[in-house]
Amino acid sequence: MTAPAHVLVVGAAASGLTTVEALRRKGYGGAITVLGDEPHPPYDRPPLSKQVLSGTWEPARTELRTGEYLAGLQAEFHLGDPATALDVPTRTVRTQSGRELRADAVVIATGVRARTLPGQELLAGVHVLRTLDDSLALRADLLAATRLVVVGEGVLGCEIAATARTLGLDVTLAGPLAAPMALQVGPLVSEALAALHTERGVRLRMGAGVAGLTGAGGRVTGVRLATGEVLPADVVVVAIGAVPATDWLADSGLELDNGVVCDARCRAAAGIYAVGDVARWHHEHLGRLLRLENRTNATEQAMAVAATLLGEEQAYLPVPYFWTDQYDAKLQVHGFLPVDSQVDVVEGDVTARRFVARYHHGGRVTGVLGWNMPKQTRLRRQEVVDALRSTPAPIP
Amino acid sequence: MKVVVDEEKCVAAGQCVAAAMDVFDQREEDGIVVVLDEHPPPELADEVRNAAAVCPALAIRIEE
Ligand SMILES: Cc1cc2nc3c(=O)[nH]c(=O)nc-3n(C[C@H](O)[C@H](O)[C@H](O)COP(=O)(O)OP(=O)(O)OC[C@H]3O[C@@H](n4cnc5c(N)ncnc54)[C@H](O)[C@@H]3O)c2cc1C
Repeated sequence: MTAPAHVLVVGAAASGLTTVEALRRKGYGGAITVLGDEPHPPYDRPPLSKQVLSGTWEPARTELRTGEYLAGLQAEFHLGDPATALDVPTRTVRTQSGRELRADAVVIATGVRARTLPGQELLAGVHVLRTLDDSLALRADLLAATRLVVVGEGVLGCEIAATARTLGLDVTLAGPLAAPMALQVGPLVSEALAALHTERGVRLRMGAGVAGLTGAGGRVTGVRLATGEVLPADVVVVAIGAVPATDWLADSGLELDNGVVCDARCRAAAGIYAVGDVARWHHEHLGRLLRLENRTNATEQAMAVAATLLGEEQAYLPVPYFWTDQYDAKLQVHGFLPVDSQVDVVEGDVTARRFVARYHHGGRVTGVLGWNMPKQTRLRRQEVVDALRSTPAPIP
Repeated sequence: MKVVVDEEKCVAAGQCVAAAMDVFDQREEDGIVVVLDEHPPPELADEVRNAAAVCPALAIRIEE
């Protein structure tokens, strides 16, 4: 395969920018165009629920690279101009402002958008958190508020609850699961998280489905649970997951099913690839499609696709990794943690809030989770790698 | 080549150690990056550049 003469990257955040950087680092000298719908230079999202929301970082600190560095990449950036359509056979992307960009390879890096509750856009004081603007708007509202309800007990909801509590707000975290992050980390660790949030003063309303929002005079006044109970609030954050940003691809003919469906090399069609949160590719060791929403995947998948574009074809076979920071708890996860795993604490002590837990499922190690033991957790990652390589079989 | 790290940005993922173990390590207590060799020799340059690229917080800067 010869390298494409012109690469077009759609989406100018972590995975899109990493694609460009990896191409240049590998010596690619062809033309690169980057299209992004946000007006800001490429920035990073993990700090948005942590340092930016708490105010310990200036927003500019989230910029992935300096202007000088970006200029050195010799890529043409068109920011603030969303892609609106893709013609697959000619690899042509149309944009809102009327641009028509044709390339030899197109890399789709448009990420995901926050899922919302019906009607939430009609009420002031209701937020989602996905973009820098979202984070700044939420922070401004929190500084003027006393009572926050976070809808959604996933990773993002837990981080927002923790940060808001640190800012001194009265915080309630509501969601249908038995404990915070129960779906991501299983019962042992989610119960430890429940204890941590409770101790820090967050009110947990677990096992409670959310039915809707209440408002008066155009502003939110509370969150109505399925039981009929209303949790009063001046500010509400809806953190109920995200949907792949693929609306612009609706007429492209690409297979869209919870993301852009790709083969093992992250290829959606001839000359068309997907990376990062939006990509759902065939993971050969798992034997099924997988889509990951984490920061390390954005980098690693972009690097893999850059290599493939330059003819170093390789299946993308990552061991997933994510971290989350809540108060002084820093959790790190390598691999997969099926909810019905057997979990053994292999180092440290859960009550001391410093431990490593190993997850077994179907007779093999599938993942490790560390709580304030990052190095010790990473040192066990190899056990996960070895187990996944030696017995390829689906993990639920 | 000089390696500069931003400890405040570091998220303790340890990706850099996996990429270049002669140049990076993590603190035992909190996993934050430790630079073992601020001026790595040329034969490690590729590894070190790779370590900077895989850092999920972009906390590693290389001055060539
Ligand atoms: C608040 C928050 C905290 C997080 N914390 C962590 C964490 O602690 N640890 C962790 O591992 N992960 C975390 N993540 C996840 C991580 O940030 C994502 O996995 C990562 O940002 C994915 O990068 P991406 O480039 O694939 O997608 P995105 O970052 O979503 O970027 C996609 C870009 O494409 C743009 N776009 C969308 N549609 C179009 C279009 N039609 N035309 C042009 N551009 C378009 C979007 O506006 C966006 O700028 C967090 C995410 C959020 C939101």
